[in-house]
Amino acid sequence: MADTVAAIELKGISKSFGPVQANRDINILVPKGTIHGIIGENGAGKSTLMSILYGFYKADAGDIFINGKLTPIPDSQSAIRAGIGMVFQHFKLVQNFTVLENVILGVEDGPLLKSSMSKARKVLADLSREYELDVNPDALIEDLSVGHQQRVEILKALYRQAEILILDEPTGVLTPDEADHLFRILKGLRDQGKTIILITHKLREIMETTDNVSVMRRGTMVGNVKTSETSPEQLAELMVGRKVLLQIDKQPATPGEVMLKIENLRVRDIAGVERLKGISLEIRKGEILGIAGVAGNGQSELLGALGGIQNATGSVTYKGAALPLSGKGADGRTRRDIGIGHIPEDRQVLGLIMDFAAWEDMAFGYHYLPKYQKNAFTMDNEAIKADTAAKMATYDVRPPIATLAAKSFSGGNQQKIVVAREIEADPDVLLIGQPTRGVDIGAIEFIHKEIIAMRDAGKAILLVSVELDEILSLSDRIAVMFDGQIMGFKDPKTTNERELGLLMAGVSGEAGK
Amino acid sequence: MTKLPTWADVVLVPVISLLLAAFVAALVLLAIGQSPIQALNVMVEGALGSAYGWGYTLYYATSFIFTGLAVTIAFHGGLFNIGGEGQALLGGLGVSLVCLYLPMPHWTMTLLLAMLAAMVFGGAWAAVPAYLQAKRGSHIVITTIMFNYIAAALLIYILVSVLRPTGSMDPASARFPDAVGLPKFHDMPFLQDLFLKYGPDGLLKLSKEGLPTYQRVPANVTFFIALAACFGVWRLMWHSRLGYEIRAFGKQEKAANYAGISSFKIIMIAMILSGAFSGLMAINNVMGQAERLLQNSAEGAGFIGIAVALMGRNHPLGVLLAAILFGFLYQGGASLGLETTIPIELRTVLQGLVILFTGALDIMVRMMLGWFFVPKTATAKGAA
Amino acid sequence: MDYATLLQILDSTIRLGIPLLLACLAGLYSERAGIFDIGLEGKMLMAAMSSATVAALTGSVWIGLAAGIAGSMLFALVHGLASITFRGNQLIAGVALNFVASGITVLIAQSIFGQGGRTAPLAGDARFLPIDLPFAEALQGVPVLGPLYYEVISGHSALVYVAILLVPITWFVLYRTRYGLRLRAVGENPASVDTAGVSVVRLRYSAVMITGVLCGLAGAYLACGLQAGFGREMTAGRGYIALAALIFAKWRPWQALGATMLFGFFQALALRPDVVEAVAQVKVPVPALDALPYILTVVVLAGLVGKAIPPRAGGEPYVKER
Repeated sequence: MADTVAAIELKGISKSFGPVQANRDINILVPKGTIHGIIGENGAGKSTLMSILYGFYKADAGDIFINGKLTPIPDSQSAIRAGIGMVFQHFKLVQNFTVLENVILGVEDGPLLKSSMSKARKVLADLSREYELDVNPDALIEDLSVGHQQRVEILKALYRQAEILILDEPTGVLTPDEADHLFRILKGLRDQGKTIILITHKLREIMETTDNVSVMRRGTMVGNVKTSETSPEQLAELMVGRKVLLQIDKQPATPGEVMLKIENLRVRDIAGVERLKGISLEIRKGEILGIAGVAGNGQSELLGALGGIQNATGSVTYKGAALPLSGKGADGRTRRDIGIGHIPEDRQVLGLIMDFAAWEDMAFGYHYLPKYQKNAFTMDNEAIKADTAAKMATYDVRPPIATLAAKSFSGGNQQKIVVAREIEADPDVLLIGQPTRGVDIGAIEFIHKEIIAMRDAGKAILLVSVELDEILSLSDRIAVMFDGQIMGFKDPKTTNERELGLLMAGVSGEAGK
Repeated sequence: MTKLPTWADVVLVPVISLLLAAFVAALVLLAIGQSPIQALNVMVEGALGSAYGWGYTLYYATSFIFTGLAVTIAFHGGLFNIGGEGQALLGGLGVSLVCLYLPMPHWTMTLLLAMLAAMVFGGAWAAVPAYLQAKRGSHIVITTIMFNYIAAALLIYILVSVLRPTGSMDPASARFPDAVGLPKFHDMPFLQDLFLKYGPDGLLKLSKEGLPTYQRVPANVTFFIALAACFGVWRLMWHSRLGYEIRAFGKQEKAANYAGISSFKIIMIAMILSGAFSGLMAINNVMGQAERLLQNSAEGAGFIGIAVALMGRNHPLGVLLAAILFGFLYQGGASLGLETTIPIELRTVLQGLVILFTGALDIMVRMMLGWFFVPKTATAKGAA
Repeated sequence: MDYATLLQILDSTIRLGIPLLLACLAGLYSERAGIFDIGLEGKMLMAAMSSATVAALTGSVWIGLAAGIAGSMLFALVHGLASITFRGNQLIAGVALNFVASGITVLIAQSIFGQGGRTAPLAGDARFLPIDLPFAEALQGVPVLGPLYYEVISGHSALVYVAILLVPITWFVLYRTRYGLRLRAVGENPASVDTAGVSVVRLRYSAVMITGVLCGLAGAYLACGLQAGFGREMTAGRGYIALAALIFAKWRPWQALGATMLFGFFQALALRPDVVEAVAQVKVPVPALDALPYILTVVVLAGLVGKAIPPRAGGEPYVKER
């Protein structure tokens, strides 16, 4: 009997943000005690749908049934009461609170904290034992690893007696090992009768973990299938709406002389913590060196130090001369002057001024170049606009309106503006961080081709990405980073995800230097 | 929230904000038993009803253009400079020192020197909080306010102990030599005809020498410098590399760092420029009008710059219009003080309300306007 | 400097430090909830005027106090409306309210009393009267401690003791109660509170209203305790100095007590040119003394405050991310 009752049933859910229809007439049925995957591209509407289920947004139309009963969910409080817990992609934790404080926040037992704290401590101990969810209840969140922070989020949900647990892209920040641990936890929860909804864009996770899977594309539900009766190829086709080339066409690299030689590079953050602990590597002309690793293991600092954004110590030799790593000459502008370009990891924070018009952003970082000046005091805005129009055409930026603010473009088109700017500046070394984060598949293919073309033109490229697929398909050599160090170098032709995953988790293959 | 058409955003939002501010001020007047209608009449008559009134309105507007531009420049750099008052006081000190100790044979030369001094003194007074913000992270809003108080105390000390002529009781400097006086509107060819004095018989009032006489107004040649300053700031902000960098830094500090724009450099330059413009205001009030340095010479104009910048949407053209509007409020407010029992502080209330509605409640105003723009788009959608 | 002088200065330190302490704690609630409040000055001024006005009209300082709190809370409400409901710029809202307060207080006082923007002088029950603590007289003879107790600790008005009591109370509320937990959370990461099913808006409004109450106490003490009536701009930058103290205290209650007393001490020194000159061994001009508290505020802010990290969500209106 219990098996036939749906834990969740959504009927005809629609939601739009202004002109954008994020969800259109969505129907979905999740049986109790199963792990249900929801897969789709970036912007397919998965997160919006789950936010509606959690009462974070209100649907424009449609009904929600929990355990067969019509249950309106106008706010998060109602969702919690209905037994729904959510682990967001960006954790909703208070960084300078302890685990315990985070867990009881919002479900305290009375006006004073004391009794809630001791009760929560006991419950947490029980939950930890039951589900491999051990964390120190008195640790501050900011001192915990990302994997542990995620466990706190799960504990929060369980402490609120959630019967239905939604996880939004939970493995994006985890090593393969941590991800496996997470899936063990989820299976354990399922076996206790809990219902799990797993949102992801990774096919492998769906195939390995879920019982059923729903596929979303552009705000609509395009398929509901049993996982055992489908294949990754079929899911991919459903997701994208056409056949996808999972492999990139490229010739073998012909590496030339060393362009960038890095020795013992170290970076400390504002708090004085060492984030980059002595990196040494070389990048040659005509090759792509891929940096694999879980986010937050020093990749950002590596890009920052090389791009002149962050102070560093050690030595970097560029074209045979020492590159200043702090003080005079260690800034983004000087780097560009000498031919080091940088596509930053976060286009909305670093790469673009979101309020600037596209043409202003197309010159960002190059705005001082003589070709953009009328005279000593005046910039040649018309020249920049003409230049922008040309680049927008070449890189197929849509809409091709130079006067539109950067924030009005979609993620993929914003990224194309940054890519166009940095590639067309024709640098000798190009630093690239997360080139396809939040970018739709069409744009991904385009950007990947541009990167390969740069390599074939004899440029030296450093590629940082948390997407292993991207690293494996683009790189000519792979370095794996963990905890501010390089764990080892691998050849993409001979290595595999398993091997890289171990290195990413800090399990050393060869001693990193 | 509905997205407003650009024209509504640029024109309607400030106008509605102003009306809301005026409405609340009217309620305040009613509450203290005064008539808002009468107040408005007196203000319009006093400030705009005659060339004489305009001569004052534009005089005040000149000061507000400078302080408004000062706040605007800092705002674009993401910095809130509330220190315009102190910077203007220091600018006045610079102007006075030049006029007293370095008077040139022709007023134009003195003017150039005085402008330089005003900018250096005002800029220097802004440079200290800027440095503390850039290097020590000291909250620039608090430090610039502290510097206003310190400037006021410093001015009193200098006026009482240094610049006060022996035998004088006033905390004020000596009068500037006549040769440094700036031409007023009533001194200028053509323009002066507006200020001709007429007798009760409707005929020109003539002096003993048989020459026409003119009403004396404080508006002076500085007004034209202020106009040029508006143009200059517009060119600076939207047509120069420095302006580009200041705006980029003000919007997204981290991105500016990525582009190789030095935060220290931008904070210092933007604040020093801001202080320099605040200081320049002293040309108008100290050199152009008072012709000696008085205690509290800035008369709150430094603060009004905040309202002017917000009302003018941080654009020089907007600043110009908003400054004239505040010139009207100021001169009108003075008429209120003379002709009614309404305290002159009504000006401060209005100024605060304008800042509130244009700077902090602008989203509310946009939402209200949004209601008027919704039906249109809704029908358009329905038709499609 | 002899002991008696020291006691006098310490006594003024407390008198002058109390309005700063109340304003500082007021700012603490607001800023801990993620709402920056540069408008403490205006709220205090508003409270000073309304309390002095009502106290003068009714003859009762307690009714005056209530009016002062009401006046300050009215401004707090507007600040909340601008910065919470309409997600406006918190700094600008605060500055705007300061201007409104600066003008409207004079406007009202002038229209009621017609004394150039001052209220009628307060006397008797229209002021906060000093309270003699038990045994203050009797113990005066005890060496060192006796005079300290008598001169410095005893003989203040009730609000002084309330203000000092508010320090441990604030500490307890902040760190030992559900409300404090949520308050701190909403200032650090409002999304954590929102997803936990607690209203961010309600929480922030409550904090802003507490700020209003405490600024009300500060303003009333200023006009009806420290001085005998309201005068234009009588807060003289205390709201800003309290903010500087709050940063110095790194948004913690006990440290706020220390910081405000330090600034109170600076103000007390400014009132004693004789002492300053004796210590500094030079003749100090009066304007320099007037400027002293402001200069020292800058020095403390720039020199002594290390990296002060404000509540992480401070200054940013909360918008659900998409």
